[in-house]
Amino acid sequence: MRPLVLSNFTATSCIGRGTAQTLESLVGERSGLAPCRFETVRLDTHVGEVADVDAQSLPPQWRRYDCRNNRLAEIGLQQDGFADAVEEAARRYGRARVGLFLGTSTAGILETELAYRARDPLTGALPEAFDYAGTHNTFSVADYVRRRMRLEGPAVVVSCACASSAKVFGAAYRMIEAGLIDAALVGGVDSLCLTTLYGFHSLQLCAAGPCRPFDVARDGISIGEAAAFAVLERPSSRTASDDVLLLGVGESNDAYHMSAPHPEGRGARRAMEAALLDARLEPGAIDYINLHGTGTPTNDRSESHAVTSVFGVSTPCSSTKGATGHALGAAGALEAVISALALKASLMPGGVNTEHVDETLTARYIRHNRSAALARVLTNSFGFGGTNCTLILGRAG
Amino acid sequence: MKIEAYVAGIGVLGPGLDGWPGSRGVFSGERPYQPVPTVLPLPALLSTTERRRTGRVVRLALAIAGEAVDHAGVAAAELRSVFTSSTGDGQNCHELCEQLAEPAPQISPTRFANSVHNAAAGYWSIATNAMPPSTVLCAFDSSFCAGLLEALVQVAVDEERILLVSYDADYPPPMHAKRPVPDAFGAAFVLTPQRNARSLARLEATLCMEPFDRLGEPLETLRRSNPAARSVPLLRHLAIGRRARTVLEYLDGSSLAVDIEPCA
Repeated sequence: MRPLVLSNFTATSCIGRGTAQTLESLVGERSGLAPCRFETVRLDTHVGEVADVDAQSLPPQWRRYDCRNNRLAEIGLQQDGFADAVEEAARRYGRARVGLFLGTSTAGILETELAYRARDPLTGALPEAFDYAGTHNTFSVADYVRRRMRLEGPAVVVSCACASSAKVFGAAYRMIEAGLIDAALVGGVDSLCLTTLYGFHSLQLCAAGPCRPFDVARDGISIGEAAAFAVLERPSSRTASDDVLLLGVGESNDAYHMSAPHPEGRGARRAMEAALLDARLEPGAIDYINLHGTGTPTNDRSESHAVTSVFGVSTPCSSTKGATGHALGAAGALEAVISALALKASLMPGGVNTEHVDETLTARYIRHNRSAALARVLTNSFGFGGTNCTLILGRAG
Repeated sequence: MKIEAYVAGIGVLGPGLDGWPGSRGVFSGERPYQPVPTVLPLPALLSTTERRRTGRVVRLALAIAGEAVDHAGVAAAELRSVFTSSTGDGQNCHELCEQLAEPAPQISPTRFANSVHNAAAGYWSIATNAMPPSTVLCAFDSSFCAGLLEALVQVAVDEERILLVSYDADYPPPMHAKRPVPDAFGAAFVLTPQRNARSLARLEATLCMEPFDRLGEPLETLRRSNPAARSVPLLRHLAIGRRARTVLEYLDGSSLAVDIEPCA
């Protein structure tokens, strides 16, 4: 692919609002995971909850979009001058020439879950105030952000479970390449809800304590939430040497199982190889891998197989989900932003919470931060349905 | 870059519409449209265990995808795919929300795995052993147009063959009152970068600000009733088989104009 520049990016998760707090947490090897106190949920698990999401209000004219997911989106847009950067792109290129590509898995389904507790006792009807299109529908987050940012270009939500907001980078690239748009707002927003908490619990995939990716005693995921965004456009004279470029995107399917990865990671391997081919890079050109690394026994084993089969055993890698939790549909964008921060700060973030790396996993997992000049970082995102996406980011100069 | 592709195969299922061969005459106006409830076949491609796990939406998507691929005479395992749906599986969602409203929620693992928006794409890739990239989109009432645009852009940029599958089905009460889609409808297309012996028509798309086309009754009611049925103006011109231009409903204020040139 022809590289694109991330001319602005931001992330909000349980380790911080905006990139400065996020980087500070990564540098301090801090985890944002805590025992689950979300809503009425009293499962024995930890979550990565963003503090005070529900204190955020939306502009009054967009009240119909009011729900936890869109409040989190609004918080995200306000960090790092991101909304201003989008406005600048809209003015430079024209509002119809900026596309919008967001990933989410559950959007504002929490509103529906709560509405089902408040059904009319006689008729079973949902409360009058419940707004399906503004909150529940998978598109609601893009609809909100599009109106909020007054964008008039193509807009879509990619909803491929936990690979959603990695795949948006590919969708945006293709539309820029086709000449339909000049810039894209890409990202992911996913927020805590009952469906995912009870759902992953029902599959016995939730860790009891904070998740420990690649640990010999790893026992599942910690569900998190995040809003992470970037502006993508073609590099120009404004692009600086420490800017971050999108160099490659690789996508594939496992074609194996709805909720379990292929044991040898055949789809994951294919996605990483496709990303390398797209970036015209050899495996040795990758300095650090930000793993999908959810912390379930099977996911980490499958991914380690796939990584080793492509990169051998020497490329340093880690999962930042011990810090952030698994932000599901927002994980791809969150970890793309973390990878961009790693490139800018010359930091390989260690995998926090992990105490004893599983020696049967052959990928070179790093538990503690390392300082090293990084030229290129690869980041993986895999999801239910066997959907896989790998991104490669690199420094512009 | 021209945003163009050749249609090599079509699949259709909806109220009173059972497959492309039987539906062509309805879309072209040669036969009267007589809507009866959509009949969804069990997916023959899946194993018995997996077949039992599928709901209406997965059955709908797999049926039309299968028809389009057979019509095009291509191997499903080699095709990239774009799935697009406003709703996903409404029945599954309703049952999950009912269980989650209980004081101590217990939900089924299968129901949770089926709740992802990409469930149909997942089952399709498993059923056909398709490992090429697949994406799953949503743009509410504009989901068909968003999917068509993504599929055409992939054909144009990557010069790959694509299976586009657009599908939506009804919610049960009480969600039905909030999202009143009356019945299941889906349309699938195999799109190729080059013309071949199977090509039915060439499509070329442009984004525009023109008002979108409305149809005469009873097809206009069908078009408006289900997000996937926003494809009916395109299906109508493909059925008529003459050079034409149609303007499809996209996001508010914008439309997608499609020039259709038959290959016959």
